[in-house]
Amino acid sequence: MTVQTGIGARVRRKEDVRFITGRGRYTDDINRPGQLHAVFARSPHAHARIGSLDITKAEASPGVVAVLTGADLAADGIGPLPCGWLIHSRDGSPMKQPPHPALSQGTVRYVGEPYAVVIGETREAAQAGADLLDPDFEELPANVDTASAQGVAPIHDGIANNLCYDWTLGDEAATDAALASAAHVVELDIVNNRLIPNAIETRAALGDYDAGTDMLTLYTTSQNPHLARLVLSAFVGLAPEHKLRVVSPDVGGGFGSKIFIYSEETVCGWASKKLRRPVKWTADRSEAFLNDAHGRDHVTKARLALDAGGKFLGLKVSTVANLGAYMSTFSSSIPTYLYGTLLAGQYTTPAIFVEVRSVFTNTTPVDAYRGAGRPEATFLLERIVETAARELGMDPAELRRKNMIPKDAFPYATPVALVYDTGDYQACLDKALALSDYAGFPARRAAAKARGKLRGIGLSCYIEACGLAPSRLAGQLGAGVGLYESAEIRVNPTGNVTVFTGTHSHGQGHETTFAQVVSSRLGIGLDQIEVVHGDTSQGQFGLGTYGSRSLAVGGSALMKASDKIIAKGRKIAAYLLESKPEDIDFEDGVFRVRNTNKAKSFGEIAFAAYVPHHYPLEELEPGLQETAFYDPQNFTYPAGAYVCEVEVDPDTGVTRIVKFTAVDDFGQVINPMIVEGQVHGGIAQGIGQAMLEACRYDRESGQLLTGSMMDYAMPRADDLVNFDLDVVRTDCTHNPLGAKGCGEAGAIGSPPAVINAITDAIGVRTLDMPATPLKVWTALQAGSAAAKGS
Amino acid sequence: MTGFGDFLREFGDSMTVKVTTTVNGKPVSGDVEPNTLLVHFVRENLGLTGTHVGCDTSQCGACTVHFDGRPIKACTILAVQAEGHQVVTIEGIGQPGNLHPMQAAFQENHGLQCGFCTPGMIMAGIGIAERNKGATLSEETIRAELEGNICRCTGYHNIVKSIAAGARDM
Repeated sequence: MTVQTGIGARVRRKEDVRFITGRGRYTDDINRPGQLHAVFARSPHAHARIGSLDITKAEASPGVVAVLTGADLAADGIGPLPCGWLIHSRDGSPMKQPPHPALSQGTVRYVGEPYAVVIGETREAAQAGADLLDPDFEELPANVDTASAQGVAPIHDGIANNLCYDWTLGDEAATDAALASAAHVVELDIVNNRLIPNAIETRAALGDYDAGTDMLTLYTTSQNPHLARLVLSAFVGLAPEHKLRVVSPDVGGGFGSKIFIYSEETVCGWASKKLRRPVKWTADRSEAFLNDAHGRDHVTKARLALDAGGKFLGLKVSTVANLGAYMSTFSSSIPTYLYGTLLAGQYTTPAIFVEVRSVFTNTTPVDAYRGAGRPEATFLLERIVETAARELGMDPAELRRKNMIPKDAFPYATPVALVYDTGDYQACLDKALALSDYAGFPARRAAAKARGKLRGIGLSCYIEACGLAPSRLAGQLGAGVGLYESAEIRVNPTGNVTVFTGTHSHGQGHETTFAQVVSSRLGIGLDQIEVVHGDTSQGQFGLGTYGSRSLAVGGSALMKASDKIIAKGRKIAAYLLESKPEDIDFEDGVFRVRNTNKAKSFGEIAFAAYVPHHYPLEELEPGLQETAFYDPQNFTYPAGAYVCEVEVDPDTGVTRIVKFTAVDDFGQVINPMIVEGQVHGGIAQGIGQAMLEACRYDRESGQLLTGSMMDYAMPRADDLVNFDLDVVRTDCTHNPLGAKGCGEAGAIGSPPAVINAITDAIGVRTLDMPATPLKVWTALQAGSAAAKGS
Repeated sequence: MTGFGDFLREFGDSMTVKVTTTVNGKPVSGDVEPNTLLVHFVRENLGLTGTHVGCDTSQCGACTVHFDGRPIKACTILAVQAEGHQVVTIEGIGQPGNLHPMQAAFQENHGLQCGFCTPGMIMAGIGIAERNKGATLSEETIRAELEGNICRCTGYHNIVKSIAAGARDM
């Protein structure tokens, strides 16, 4: 039984039936009797002072129940939205964190920033009321540009140069020495383009306050409902933790954007308490574009030092990262500990130094988006390595191989604070080269040329740090929360099992994967296991799903809880079978006295625990239910090698991916079908970043120019191809599943492979993402003009 | 549907009108504003929440339903335009234990992750299969005809596979 359903099996997903029949239950599908609707009044300006705000007309509008402002929030003691990771600058000073009120007071700092909420009997009535708010805006100079942010007027009082922090990591003197002595120095300016997450379900919130019990229930689209409850209680002051229940039902994708504590969720909860009626808000897509935390937005200068033979000697990186107008929940950690620490990549570069200046601009707050810091590091590294190979006239695969950490060198301490536990990078590269027929590329290029097309091939060898990380270390680095995960296994009296996890599934398939883990461990059928998540009133505290952590950390907690169940089951079995616990074997759901046929099934043990007529009550409590918390000893380090092959039409710049190969090492895989799906989706988002997606603000007005799916190019079916996948397996050495995490790899590894391929095809050194046909065509024209001119 | 502008002018935009139509084979009616979209009628008046709203520019296709047997985006049509027509939503094509072949194919081929775009994908997929009945349904055709439905999770790889398989089984 466990062979078909346990670890390693391609089990069809348990959760699918409700989704394919229209029976999923997302936040917007929930309605409560007497429910009101919230519409947020948002700034039309990128930067403005609110002179006066007359709410009387809106209040008088038919169907409007209340108009609430930032002043009302402050009067009720609802605090600003906090940033949960404290970063220190190189001089030891703490980051400058401006207050981030849920509804702005006095000044608005980006287009779309909410400054009031109108609550009505219907959404239409609330919208009509909001249309009557006409504050007296005094426009102020606005800046949306990352690179120049330090040179313009401060957008927050008292924060000079718009600089939040100036952070460094690594040995600057050693890196400078390596650059000074190097035979070759490759320098590259890199922009990591700003992205808008666009989960297909927009964010939504429904606050439902029960005055009888003083309990506030907040239904919301969160990737981490327990963390939302903690932050909304302890920092924002919405309700005491035991009087706040956060429910995240089915959630339609997250990609990071649903981790954070936002204004609208806060306001719906607060307003429900205030008005004593349920208050609901569902973002329309335009609001999602304006208000969901954006991703990436780095401007970087990097220098790579190499010796005459092509060995990497040093890497020096200087980055300006855009935080937007306010600090979102984890914004400070993304361009620092999730970026600078990854700059060794798969290589033995002995000296690395990185400095990151994070700046405020009049744009939507920026935070984690699939990969979060690691795609930015990987893009920089794999672009500069590829460029080095071209400038040295070496095969890019060979240059990488020459510098890779050998597989017998683990554990390997990098010069940027991480200790990789395991990996086999050469094996990934070899497999990817074989699968992509790298050797046959010159012939394909020649054939394309004969057809008037330009072919290019690009590699990317990535590493990521997932399953963050020991709580103690994170705390030392400034994290405001722990990074463990919890699990509870409740064996029911009839022998089936309810599993509670503190992680949250919004597409990842935990209801299946986690059931497979428990099925394997306890030897019971998948249909006997129910996985529950997403409701703080059901499961114990947990930290949610992000950073590819759920299986590596949450699955490990599940293993621990399973072990406790088995340990107690052994004691019960020993009593019933008149043996000793240490003589009881447990296999395939059966407790057996070693080398005998005396046995009790898992179900019999469960029944004995709950109907303890024949039970060691003097030594053992009845019941069979165990909880576990698992705190990881280290990050996990998934790695892989990606190969992208493109064909460019030189007449139009239209670029087609003709083949995309991904070889990943995720350690032990529980469900290969689900893991492949994660890789597909990640690659699609990476290709989106590389070829299609660009968040653009107007530099003068600060207006978001790409504010709809008609302006922001989401990857569609006809933009992509089928992907060729394979795996290499080196198990994580420090968690009980040997699992590394797979959710972000595709988005991390793919952008440099794509850009390396396109620059190879058209023979240019740099090309900013997204490589649209216009950009590719323009680069081609510039190249041929330069060739003619020389 | 001719004279619809006259209809709007006659009834203004502040009063409700009664719409009577057939949804999933059953006659239904409800009071809506003249400017209520079909998707909101289906979700809010009828409580059929399997049809989703993913954008506000008719780009994403999460609201795809069948209208007289053809897939349409339910955000591109007013509820009153459904008067006298046949609407089928995801709830109407198959149920747990009695799945439509296209639904079964999505589960079998892992054609969904978060599930939010999935009802629209399945309804569009059935349309693709029916439009190409009798012809060989190539990957290229599926990708081209799926252009109006956006998925952020799957990278489309397994959706394309699902639609090919579902079309074979239909």
